[in-house]
Amino acid sequence: MSQEHIDKAIKREYSAGFTTMIESETFPPGLSEDVVRALSAKKNEPEWMLEWRLEAFRVWSEMADPNWAHVDYPPVDFQAISYYSSPKSMEEKRPKSLDEVDPELLETYEKLGIPLHEQAALAGVAVDVVFDSVSVTTTFREKLAEAGVLFCSISEAIQEYPDLVRKYLGTVVPRKDNFYAALNSAVFSDGSFVYIPKGVRCPMELSTYFRINEANTGQFERTLIIADEGSHVSYLEGCTAPMRDENQLHAAVVELVALDDAEIKYSTVQNWYPGDDEGKGGIYNFVTKRGLAHTNAKISWTQVETGSAITWKYPSCILRGDNSVGEFYSVALTNNRQQADTGTKMIHLGKNTKSTIISKGISAGKSSNAYRGLVRMGPRAQGARNYTQCDSLLIGDACAAHTFPYIESKNPSAVVEHEATTSKVSDDQLYLCLQRGLDAEKAVSMIVNGFCKEVFKELPMEFAVEAGKLLEVSLEGSVG
Amino acid sequence: MLKIDNLHAQVEGKDILKGLTLEVKPGEVHAIMGPNGSGKSTLGHVLAGRPGYEVSAGTVQFEGKDLLDMETEERAHAGIFLAFQYPVEIPGVSNMEFLKAAVDTTRESLGLEPLDTVSFMKLAREASKAVDLDASFLKRGVNEGFSGGEKKRNELLQMMLLEPRLCIMDETDSGLDIDALQVVANGVNAMRNEHRSFVLVTHYQRLLNFIEPDYVHVLSGGRIVRSGDKSLALELEEKGYGWIEDVA
Repeated sequence: MSQEHIDKAIKREYSAGFTTMIESETFPPGLSEDVVRALSAKKNEPEWMLEWRLEAFRVWSEMADPNWAHVDYPPVDFQAISYYSSPKSMEEKRPKSLDEVDPELLETYEKLGIPLHEQAALAGVAVDVVFDSVSVTTTFREKLAEAGVLFCSISEAIQEYPDLVRKYLGTVVPRKDNFYAALNSAVFSDGSFVYIPKGVRCPMELSTYFRINEANTGQFERTLIIADEGSHVSYLEGCTAPMRDENQLHAAVVELVALDDAEIKYSTVQNWYPGDDEGKGGIYNFVTKRGLAHTNAKISWTQVETGSAITWKYPSCILRGDNSVGEFYSVALTNNRQQADTGTKMIHLGKNTKSTIISKGISAGKSSNAYRGLVRMGPRAQGARNYTQCDSLLIGDACAAHTFPYIESKNPSAVVEHEATTSKVSDDQLYLCLQRGLDAEKAVSMIVNGFCKEVFKELPMEFAVEAGKLLEVSLEGSVG
Repeated sequence: MLKIDNLHAQVEGKDILKGLTLEVKPGEVHAIMGPNGSGKSTLGHVLAGRPGYEVSAGTVQFEGKDLLDMETEERAHAGIFLAFQYPVEIPGVSNMEFLKAAVDTTRESLGLEPLDTVSFMKLAREASKAVDLDASFLKRGVNEGFSGGEKKRNELLQMMLLEPRLCIMDETDSGLDIDALQVVANGVNAMRNEHRSFVLVTHYQRLLNFIEPDYVHVLSGGRIVRSGDKSLALELEEKGYGWIEDVA
């Protein structure tokens, strides 16, 4: 049965696939120094920011597209992409309040289930919404300001908090880090900025919702989160895009800085358009995410990746300070012809640093899902420990799962543990569920949710339920 | 209730059932015995609708409906329950969650509202007590790390909560010690009533000391070669299956 059952249950419907009909101001396709200058000018950026971008552009021009990942796609034509697109209404005059925001835009977020009016918003969650290249609005800013928390778009931060941005931008992910990080550094358009002052526990969940709307544009957002000493913040990002036949590029950079005794929890629910059953269209998600943990600090990445045609993403932790802690909890689901190469890097530099990696890969349809992880114990990492658990679940018999763990230890006292399993949603499990009256879709979604339980429990409460539902939708048609 | 007529079935192209005929009336307990490979387990799976089990000829009526025309889950909703010989594990899915989902869908198919969580948990705790499983098993993954005996008792627990019309028990007694066997038998006996029927597939007469059957059938070569009452089981125990096969 199972193949037929599986095919039926994995057939997905992408509910976020609509397009917002809105007039946009979009740069013509192509990338050059002039485009970088125009972009910077568009945003009225200070000279230092322009210089920073130009240097990144020079670095990028000399780099080559990486090809080591276990993914397969035709070369990206970087001259065919537009590097800036913004709704016209946002161009003419930046709205001061939600009343001035184009109703079409508000409706878009309403449809996606992200109400922007604070009274209707999810209690306890402040949202920054990014539409194509610009931030539309950031909710609850005043309330957060009372606690001294700065939460705004990175464009605004460059204008209003230049000292903080200059001090930290590019310190965790340098411009020359990799091809896509360099590209992002040259042309990043918007993204979120967070600063939590010393000793403050951020009173709300912070979140950014990214939406790509315009065709043939790339989205290059930049997020910078700084948790000052002893502070604490939990942050979540969500992403969707319309269904289009062409592939679209999303190359983001996220930098986290956790100063002494600070804690940052960063969660992602990624649901970019994955392309159709035949692999046509979908987002190329080439992302660099990294956190730097100082003494006694903790950085925790949790990701649920169900979308994108191709995912290339390794949220990592540099455990520089003694006793710092890094965590990576991941669920990556691929279906149809999706390809994912995702994992993490845990770089242990300080003494008694600890890291935990729990990765759950689920492959269905004709997809390919790879875990790639690096655990490095530096020479000073006395007493450091890592625990890695890497589980793969296969649904059907046309998909693939791969595991590429890299372990480097330069300190004999460091302990690295790695466990890996591969299992299948078995015919027997499905049969048990069917015999007990459950239909095949419900059965598969239950089995998959069970498999992901250890990761889901790390998500903020409001989003754990969402993540479960998202898996259910993404698996539609995978079983029969 | 259940009327099987001249049933032929194949698994992976191999004929296993070759003209099996059996009628089970409401409230009856039928024991199916027979040597290894005679088709006992296949019969249970064909009735439950296991994918891959092909019926090539014959009919099966369940409460007046064509059972073979129904999907696996529809048969479950109609009241057919199979207690598995080798229950599988579903890691990470708690027993409670699984049981509630099963009971809710069954109720839904009958046009009933789902039970609220509190009432359901109460029922589940009572049932787990009846099968002598600690309530902590409800929180664990379905059969995850359970011993053989615990898995069998967990099957019984599911049977109690789903309240089926026809219970097919596939060698539920195998691998059980005498105390566990007693627990299973008590559970079955408590569920017996004039509307509910049982088909017990077993190798050993031992189970029938605890659950008294109305009929005993001997399956050999995919057909029922002999039927009788409880005494047939005792005769088999004494003489072995060779005796039947010779006759057949």
